[in-house]
Amino acid sequence: MAYEPRTSTTEAVGEWFSSRIGGVLVPIAATVLAFLIGGLVVAITGHNPITAYKAIFAGTGLNWFFPWVTGETREAAANDLQQTLILMAPLILTALAVAFAFRCGLFNIGGQGQYWIGFAAALFVGSHLEGLSRPLHILLALAASIVAGAVWGGIAGLLKATVGAHEVITTIMLNWIAIFGLTYAYEIGGPLQGPQESIPRSDEIFESAELWPIWGSLPSLHAGLFIALFALVVYGVILNRTTLGFEVRAVGFNPEAARYSGISVAKNYFLAMAIAGAFAGLAGSVDLLGFKFSVDVGDFGTNFIAFTGIAVALLGRTKPVGILFAALLFAALEVGTSTRQLDPEVFEPALAVDLATMIQALVIFFVGAELLIVYIWRARSLVRRGSAAQPEGSP
Amino acid sequence: MADAPLLELRGITKRFPGVVANDHVDFDLAQGEVHALLGENGAGKSTLMSILYGLYHPDEGEIRLNGKPLRIDSPRAAIDSGIGMVHQHFMLIPVMTVAENIVLGVEPSSGPFLDLEAAEERVRDLSEQFGLAVRPDARIDSISVGMQQRVEILKALYRGADILILDEPTAVLTPQEAGELFAIVRSLQAEGKSIIFITHKLGEVLAISDRITVLRRGKTIETVPRAGATVEGLAKLMVGREVLLRVDKKPAEPGEPLLIVEDLQVLDSRGLECVRGMSFEVRAGEIVGIAGVDGNGQSELIEAITGLRRPESGRITVRGRDLTGKGARDCLEGGVGHIPEDRQVRGLVLDFSLAENIALHDFREPPDSKWGWLFPKRIAARAKKLLAEFDVRGGGPQTPAAALSGGNQQKVVVAREISRDPSILIAAQPTRGLDVGAIEFVHQRLVAEQDEGRGIMLVSFELEEILSLSDRILVVFEGRIVAEYGRDVSEEELGFAMTGGRGEEAA
Repeated sequence: MAYEPRTSTTEAVGEWFSSRIGGVLVPIAATVLAFLIGGLVVAITGHNPITAYKAIFAGTGLNWFFPWVTGETREAAANDLQQTLILMAPLILTALAVAFAFRCGLFNIGGQGQYWIGFAAALFVGSHLEGLSRPLHILLALAASIVAGAVWGGIAGLLKATVGAHEVITTIMLNWIAIFGLTYAYEIGGPLQGPQESIPRSDEIFESAELWPIWGSLPSLHAGLFIALFALVVYGVILNRTTLGFEVRAVGFNPEAARYSGISVAKNYFLAMAIAGAFAGLAGSVDLLGFKFSVDVGDFGTNFIAFTGIAVALLGRTKPVGILFAALLFAALEVGTSTRQLDPEVFEPALAVDLATMIQALVIFFVGAELLIVYIWRARSLVRRGSAAQPEGSP
Repeated sequence: MADAPLLELRGITKRFPGVVANDHVDFDLAQGEVHALLGENGAGKSTLMSILYGLYHPDEGEIRLNGKPLRIDSPRAAIDSGIGMVHQHFMLIPVMTVAENIVLGVEPSSGPFLDLEAAEERVRDLSEQFGLAVRPDARIDSISVGMQQRVEILKALYRGADILILDEPTAVLTPQEAGELFAIVRSLQAEGKSIIFITHKLGEVLAISDRITVLRRGKTIETVPRAGATVEGLAKLMVGREVLLRVDKKPAEPGEPLLIVEDLQVLDSRGLECVRGMSFEVRAGEIVGIAGVDGNGQSELIEAITGLRRPESGRITVRGRDLTGKGARDCLEGGVGHIPEDRQVRGLVLDFSLAENIALHDFREPPDSKWGWLFPKRIAARAKKLLAEFDVRGGGPQTPAAALSGGNQQKVVVAREISRDPSILIAAQPTRGLDVGAIEFVHQRLVAEQDEGRGIMLVSFELEEILSLSDRILVVFEGRIVAEYGRDVSEEELGFAMTGGRGEEAA
């Protein structure tokens, strides 16, 4: 019998449509839901959620994009927006570190360790090589951080590939090895401590290693954002346009089928973790060369940006565009609720920071609970249809 | 046949986005009958039964039990109405005993404590009543798949089921176990139970059922009594056209040996010897069938030849090239094609598009790629051509493999393997889970490839398949080749050899 092209094409289109829309819908729904619940909590604490959110939004600097914002407000908005964009760069890069490993079926929790190792490598190059021209010095520092991050991630990949050690365990341990190792290196009396004997702080990098400032001065938005955007493109290209990416995705989706096709699963585990580590290492150098210029030992125990990166990767569903917007959202949230930006009259800063953390957690929770959302959605439409098609005679 | 049906489904319609899974389907079940629901994969059998079991709600139509309308909105409600279902995939907890699994959710208790003895007692009674021979205190993970299925049946009976839905019950069983299941179905029937038997296997339908309802593309095509039904007639109803059930095949003219296996020994994953010194060859232009009950070394033999498992000793050569202990990639490049036993586990990356799946072996080389750079357009173009050539329906190059039906998925695997022009094609259970139309396609394609001069090694647990396709048949038992036959062997003789009885001496 002739087959029915109509059925199959509508089917295929429906499939494509639902997967596309479903792919965007869930993260957006999760975000909206998180903000709604956040608002509820704000209301419970006796504040007006709408004014609070308005204030937070103003704090992100995103109102700069509105043409009617002028004068002093516009200047303040520009400052805030610079901070948001500065934060976006490392968030994108650490998210890529999670996303790339994820596409190979691995969960890289080691972004933080890879970030610091990359940071330290760039710091060494930036503060020890003198008299280089600016582009060369920057390139060398960036390269050092990429290699160092790749090595740190690669260790976990190698352990996974050779003895099957679970990457979640090894990357967490490598995080602490990096943090404690570097704390030792830069603390008072440590081998890499900076010039001031009484301060547990590293050397500063030479000016020739600083990333070019682009906009503003407080600190200014630097070229790191472009590095991150470029990395997003590289990520997409590697995954979708190279045989390496093909192998990584095949292993991530179905290692058994990959093996049957002659793809080395072990090799790809190693490579995926090394590349993931390279992205995180680059995040470290971008922060260092862009606005930190040196490191205080205290930073190691308090900066956990790579963990926010995990959230960004999950919310962005490991897709380049998704990661871009998720990074913007999380950066804006963080900046908008930071003490400096938020008007204390509207909402106490202490509460605001908690609110940001809470919203982040809720977003992740709802993205993770995707099944739950889909289920609620289906149940709703089932109930609607069920009552319409109720057979006669039933109550 | 009783006049007033026990159960009636009238005008059941269920729509899913883009598909009408059931289109005004009518079905009825008489007291004490075995009623087969026959149809190809995707014909709507499972949807219909899921509606009856309360897993889906119909968009239209009604269900009547004993003449009274019935609303079933959950499996719980179905169970309360005396409807039980044995799913294709069992829902048992491996570390618990038979009795514990059966009473789960409806545990008998004395005070606050679980009365396991009472449970076991009741299970034992039921088991004896219906001739199930299940030990209530055995752990699920220590009993065979056939036994586990009986536990599922007991679970339904324990909950008071009078109507039993068996969803493709023989799909997971060996031929012997299937025979035992039929005996159980008859004894259930003798005890007054009514049974709906879902299947796409024609032989089973004729062996077990009283009446047969055929579904095709979501519609009831016809309900016929078993008396007078023939395999050919049912196949035609099911597929909608004449079907060649037996493959037309010229006598083989074997050429040079392409695959030579010499004294091969392979260990399984637990380190036990499971291929114990096999020697055979496959020549150009012949199909060699490997017959045997599952678990007699077939899987490990295939894995050794395809480079997925390193043999302990022995030699494997393809076209004179030594592939012993080489990796999967060397074997692929050495001219071994492989239609794997489980297309969803090994044959396909379900989340990949069809184009990517077709490129799975070749993506490293031009024209798919060069210097590590992929050319997605070329990959898609090649896929498009192959999908048309192999008549894959339900999607184009960019459709994810998961969206296809089993038959079309298998066609994608077959297309990929054949398009690589292998010297040796290993087909492991190539038609498992496929419906009649797809089986016909795969069989014809294998014969066509044989005529092209490839050597084909067919591994199957289905005797019928082995008998209709093979030029030579090797019987494996406990890791050895115990017999070799020509085309003319009888099914009985083959079945006897498969269980370890000796036929002719092995070559």
